[in-house]
Amino acid sequence: MVEPVIRVINLKKYFPVRAGLLDILRRKPRLYIRAVDGVTFDIYEKEVFCLAGESGCGKTTTGRTILRLIEPTDGKIFFKGEDVLNYTNEELKNFRRRAQIIFQDPYESLNPMMTVYSIVEEPLKVHKIGSKEERYDMVMRALEDVELKPPEDFIHRRPHELSGGQRQRVAIARALILNPEFIVADEPVSMLDMSIRAEILNLMLKLRDEHSLTYLFITHDLAVAKYICDRIAIMYLGKIVELGPAEEIIDNPLHPYTQALIAAVPTPDPEEKIGEIPIKGEVPSPINIPRGCRFHPRCIYARPECKVREPKPIEVSKGHYVACLLYE
Amino acid sequence: MLFPDTVAIALGACNVMLFEVRDLKMYYEIIGKGLVRAVDGVSFSLERGETLGIVGESGCGKSSLALTILRLLPANAKVLGGEVLLDGVNILKMDLEKFRREVRWRRISLIFQSAMNALNPVIRVGDQIAEAIMIHDKGIRKNEAMKRVKELLALVGIDPSRAKSYPFELSGGMRQRVVIAMALALNPDIVIADEPTTALDVVVQAQILKLIKDLQRKLRLSVIVISHDISMVSELSNKIAVMYAGQIVEYGDIKDVFYNPLHPYTKALLYAVPSIRGKRRRLNPIPGAPPDLLRPPSGCRFHPRCPFKTDICIKEMPELIEADEGHFVRCHRFEELRGVAFG
Repeated sequence: MVEPVIRVINLKKYFPVRAGLLDILRRKPRLYIRAVDGVTFDIYEKEVFCLAGESGCGKTTTGRTILRLIEPTDGKIFFKGEDVLNYTNEELKNFRRRAQIIFQDPYESLNPMMTVYSIVEEPLKVHKIGSKEERYDMVMRALEDVELKPPEDFIHRRPHELSGGQRQRVAIARALILNPEFIVADEPVSMLDMSIRAEILNLMLKLRDEHSLTYLFITHDLAVAKYICDRIAIMYLGKIVELGPAEEIIDNPLHPYTQALIAAVPTPDPEEKIGEIPIKGEVPSPINIPRGCRFHPRCIYARPECKVREPKPIEVSKGHYVACLLYE
Repeated sequence: MLFPDTVAIALGACNVMLFEVRDLKMYYEIIGKGLVRAVDGVSFSLERGETLGIVGESGCGKSSLALTILRLLPANAKVLGGEVLLDGVNILKMDLEKFRREVRWRRISLIFQSAMNALNPVIRVGDQIAEAIMIHDKGIRKNEAMKRVKELLALVGIDPSRAKSYPFELSGGMRQRVVIAMALALNPDIVIADEPTTALDVVVQAQILKLIKDLQRKLRLSVIVISHDISMVSELSNKIAVMYAGQIVEYGDIKDVFYNPLHPYTKALLYAVPSIRGKRRRLNPIPGAPPDLLRPPSGCRFHPRCPFKTDICIKEMPELIEADEGHFVRCHRFEELRGVAFG
């Protein structure tokens, strides 16, 4: 069997809620935000694996926890068979070179005081890689890789002198310069204009092919997910409710939540309008996650047993998993 | 045939158009650098009950256009030509005090982009809406205003008891509904919605779009919706204007423009956007970047990015002409490029 690049098993991350003085005096039990509440998935080499869902569903926390930017509450993370949570400091440093992240907002993720050159060079300095001349060559190559050509035109500029798309290219070059094997891309195009998104998405696919990259792609935009991803996992309140090949998830969604999400996406076709969205109410707080199936208060198909029994993911067709009692 | 003339002819034939923008020019003056041609000869019209979508990339002038119409421009902005006609009256020439009292919010209102920033965090939402009513309606008493607030909240699908809530107690979707209620407070004829659903989740976005559509039908509103997201705009609009570098490059019925785009830029935009429906196809990005409006390119503003440019495109700026009935385009070569895909 092929070894996955990333294997996540029952990952959990609970954030404690700050308790007020009265709560402490009354000895109220400590409350937790269950941001990630037991997710399991594998990502294979050269795959674009997507975590999709609405804000607050835990997709970003999952991505950051995998990189150990946040320490998990429970669960296991493996990177090419190595236990990421048991890394020594030395191994962790090495992991930080092999796994990178691209953030959502290129206006905030780049230091406005630094030039493009020093932004892209910095990871090399942190990891003490190369002589000054070697680093220069590497920076120029990285900028060429992200199609900031000719790189000489860009190295002296600062982020405010770049367009949104160019900034995101700089952020990608910075992630790329350490020759990583795995990249978490957290909403890399959602701050960009529609017309620039295609450019960045195509660039990411090209880099995947040229550098044998594996991506965890985090997005709330299912049209983008359908375009770039091989497999999609739909998250709701900290859990994966459906997982499968991208086109199958979009064209044949099984979980009622996935169906609602897809029904809500507008299309660039004036004849096709959004119809009724099969969902009730609003997302509940991740502090008080509903019992049973956590989607049941919003589900139009909810049955009495949904309130008491939590569904387990079952494989409905090859590689297509859904966690819903309708399919058990 | 030039666009403004066409409208003039149309005007002669029917009653006065509810709202019309004619050859509007608004430049920002940057000291020591010159003029930024943010809105450079924009014309369109709007009838009662119509929704016009304005799409374009950031910096194309679409938000500046909204600010010009509402006369909310910063001090360095100069309106250098054109008219904005409401019932045939040029509201740009109107005394500002009169405009404030009689037009802004009462006839034309705005749905702000970010509900979190548009609402005062320390005032209850009901009081904020009431304030908007009382400022414009000096005679109205607080309890009457509050009665109207409750009607408005019910209209946008919020339980009227939430009038007592503070913005932070509401979800993002509910805050956006409050902002919409505020825009409707004085029964305007025209509502301008500038990116009304950015920062909202997809399910909430769909609900807000539906709300805008329902209200538009119920109240016979005219809506101008501004966005970079053509899917969102196509959901709401029956007419569309594609803006590029301060100008409208294509304008018409949304079906004509989407199914039979004439301008290379419109064709490119439609090819650059992923859709959730249908087979996965490769997206073709538009090469290059939008121009600096301090120094716009000569001739057609799109020529540096256009694969179909010829000498005339570099030398002469094309006019917005009526290519098919009600379908306008600003391109020298649209006729020979009919049906030709971009790139």
